[in-house]
Amino acid sequence: MNSPSPSPSAPSRRPWSRESLFKAASHRLFWPAVMLVALMLVNLPSTPGYFSVGMRHGHLYGSLINILIFTSPHILVGVGLTLVIATAGIDLSVGAVAAIAGTAACWWVVRAPDQNAAATALAAAGIGLAAGLACGLWNGFFVARMGIQPIVATLTLMVAGRGVAQLIGNGQIITVNSSSYALIGGWWGPLPSGILIAAAVVAATILLTRRTALGLLIESVGGNAEAARLAGVRARRIKLIVYVFCGLCAAIAGLMLSSNTSSADANNSGLWYELDGILAVVLGGTSLSGGRFHLGGTVLGALVIGTLNNTLFALGVPAQSNLVFEGAVVIIVCLLQSPVFRARFVAWRRRIPVGVAAARAASAEPRAPRVTGDPSGPADVPGAPAAPTTTEVSG
Amino acid sequence: MASDTSQTTPVLQMSGIRKQFPAVLALDDVGFRLLPGEIHALLGENGAGKSTLIKIATGVYEADAGQIRLGGVPVRLDSPTAAQRAGISTVYQEVNLCPNLSVAENILLGREPVRAGRIRWRELRRQAAELVARFGLDIDVTEPLDRYPLAVQQLVAIVRAVAVDVKILILDEPTSSLDRDEVARLFDVMRRLRDHGVAICFVTHFLDQIYEVCDRMTVLRGGRVVGEHPVAELDQVGLVRLMIGKDLAALDELASHVREPSGDPLLAARGTGRRGAIEPFDLDVRPGEVVGLAGLLGSGRTELARLLFGADAADSGTVSVEGEPATLHSPTDAIERGIAFCSENRKTEGLIPELTIRENIILALQASRGWTRPIPPARRDALVAEYIKVLDIRPADPDVAAGSLSGGNQQKLLLARWLITRPRLLILDEPTRGIDVGAKAEIQKLVVSLSEEGMAMVFISAELEEVLRLSHTVGVLRDRRLIARLAGGPDLTSDRIMTTIAGEVAA
Repeated sequence: MNSPSPSPSAPSRRPWSRESLFKAASHRLFWPAVMLVALMLVNLPSTPGYFSVGMRHGHLYGSLINILIFTSPHILVGVGLTLVIATAGIDLSVGAVAAIAGTAACWWVVRAPDQNAAATALAAAGIGLAAGLACGLWNGFFVARMGIQPIVATLTLMVAGRGVAQLIGNGQIITVNSSSYALIGGWWGPLPSGILIAAAVVAATILLTRRTALGLLIESVGGNAEAARLAGVRARRIKLIVYVFCGLCAAIAGLMLSSNTSSADANNSGLWYELDGILAVVLGGTSLSGGRFHLGGTVLGALVIGTLNNTLFALGVPAQSNLVFEGAVVIIVCLLQSPVFRARFVAWRRRIPVGVAAARAASAEPRAPRVTGDPSGPADVPGAPAAPTTTEVSG
Repeated sequence: MASDTSQTTPVLQMSGIRKQFPAVLALDDVGFRLLPGEIHALLGENGAGKSTLIKIATGVYEADAGQIRLGGVPVRLDSPTAAQRAGISTVYQEVNLCPNLSVAENILLGREPVRAGRIRWRELRRQAAELVARFGLDIDVTEPLDRYPLAVQQLVAIVRAVAVDVKILILDEPTSSLDRDEVARLFDVMRRLRDHGVAICFVTHFLDQIYEVCDRMTVLRGGRVVGEHPVAELDQVGLVRLMIGKDLAALDELASHVREPSGDPLLAARGTGRRGAIEPFDLDVRPGEVVGLAGLLGSGRTELARLLFGADAADSGTVSVEGEPATLHSPTDAIERGIAFCSENRKTEGLIPELTIRENIILALQASRGWTRPIPPARRDALVAEYIKVLDIRPADPDVAAGSLSGGNQQKLLLARWLITRPRLLILDEPTRGIDVGAKAEIQKLVVSLSEEGMAMVFISAELEEVLRLSHTVGVLRDRRLIARLAGGPDLTSDRIMTTIAGEVAA
């Protein structure tokens, strides 16, 4: 964080000055991070060992580990959704795709002559991934080639996908008894596989998008599709790629879920994952209208949702009301991130006109263009001269 | 005609209208008179203030100063509803109806015949059918609107506009998407309305149409009225001169290029066209040659350029690049052959506002390399820094969001995006529109120096002077047709281009 040079009139010389706090609070990940820490602290009175991580039966053990294990499929789904949403699209079928992948894999395992063989698990995983790939191609074909609205194209697979999964499983929950398949969502030494897989996928996605030009091209398609087309970006190919990628991510999540329980439930596996995934993306600061995307933000958003669910469970809140709390937390974070709400809140606290507060908030945005030194500059940045005053107002 | 206009009380009289926007004075002491039973053309180039004036007359904007009288009585039109109640109806260029509702519902939406809180559907259909018949339209009013072609939809919009007791009908470029027969039908309706005493204000860019259907005209330029004439008293040459606003004597002499282009054409279009956009045309562009396109707004300049770039696909003719036949179905096809295109709509078709200057500049080059081959960061930063410096883009910080740049800097950024790809043919559509004088001169200089380095260019501008100064060859467009290709040089004057546009035989 590069803090601005303190102005002469700044009331404090401490590193945690009002100004730097204000800047930090404007960062898009500030409030999700605060919410995550707050949720964790809520647990401390009832669970004194909340932050401790130990070993039990050769496995890592602790509340935080549980949250990570529970959240890793959400992270996977959220990462895929982030890229889709960055192109100004949406994929509602991720939960259904996870169910298809899990059922397809388990269907293979129960038919294998030796369920415990490593080859069986590998082939099953391959089949699950292939199913996810096919679903992604299906979505991508309708969105990119046929020009169908993403919400419609993926909604059909969201509905039909559960049906496909039931057909594969013949309407039954498939139960497998394979030690090698259980490894996918189980323990790799002391570490839970889910965390490792999710971390690997996140790292690979960041490399894939930021070390190649894929990220730039995705953001250009989401930021202004027509301008991107006229600049020679093959927008349809980019869209196809993100839907296929999203399908693969959902399939990995589905494999993890089914392996974890050694069963595949076509009806309930990955249920509501599309909604949790979208919430994670939004909490992480990626706009649903497309453009800039933030994979790290999505991970943080998924952790907030996972921690919230865990906390509600730990506090003994009835499971039926979980969704209400989830909605409340998300709307609170979104409000805190909203410039409009912040301006109103600041105006109300200081009893100044909303417009003035909005101008101050804008001038404190970390990415606000600074054109100082340019003779034509001041006219372009009406908020700039107001910036120093924010440090002088006392509460 | 001219003698009795002064005696009739105008149905709409606007006087001393002034409208200031943050950056520009859109209207300055504008007067406008609309007489009962006339079709009155409101003319002017882009940015002359036509749409602002119409928006004031329809209550969308309020004037900063001036007076509006309806039938001699001063009124205040502070909302579109107030204007509608006063008997002013407007039909816009884009059809603003609900395509999925029936024709009858569209016509009577908001004023359906009602009994006991329920719509009387049979009565609604009967009323709509009657209105439609009055306009000589033979359509089934129960069919959804989108079953019918655009022209019929446009006519339905007009039926809707006059279904109320209308005194004044404002038509804002209603013909821009209509073909010849459809326009004739519209004019028929307009004449009929005029004969019933409706005053019609007609905005169009097609000169022929003015002479075909209008009685009088008001010409705006730069926010001021530069003429109010009966159509019969002003010929097309005079009208073009009024709109463009250059005194023939005041036009600069041609600054001749150092090097004359020679050799085989880089790009040759033969019979290239697209229905509804531009009629088939032939055009050659040689290396080092600047081909200027002149014509009024809506004459098909942009449409022609878009075909050469594959932004729209041609439906007739062929294009060859360096003698090889080229199918330009998408911008990618054109870019692969070294063609680049800067759109006139910088905001909607050029910039990605939330991305940085750096990302915007490298976008086209990166897109042509594909996503798997990113430009190495060191080379990327060097290229970006070089072009920021050469074109003097401000601020010079590559990390600033492109959306925050001023118009001139946005234009330079888009030029940088294409120059970085080293194109062989650069198409510039209105590159100097809406930017300040300094940036404009820089861009003009750049065009000359690039062409001297051997780059072929197509240069489009509404400013005739600029086209003349920069071009080796000038293509003249009118009513979506390339009507002439004139060799540049001292003999080519704006007078000759104006007479060509006006459709007279050049001397």
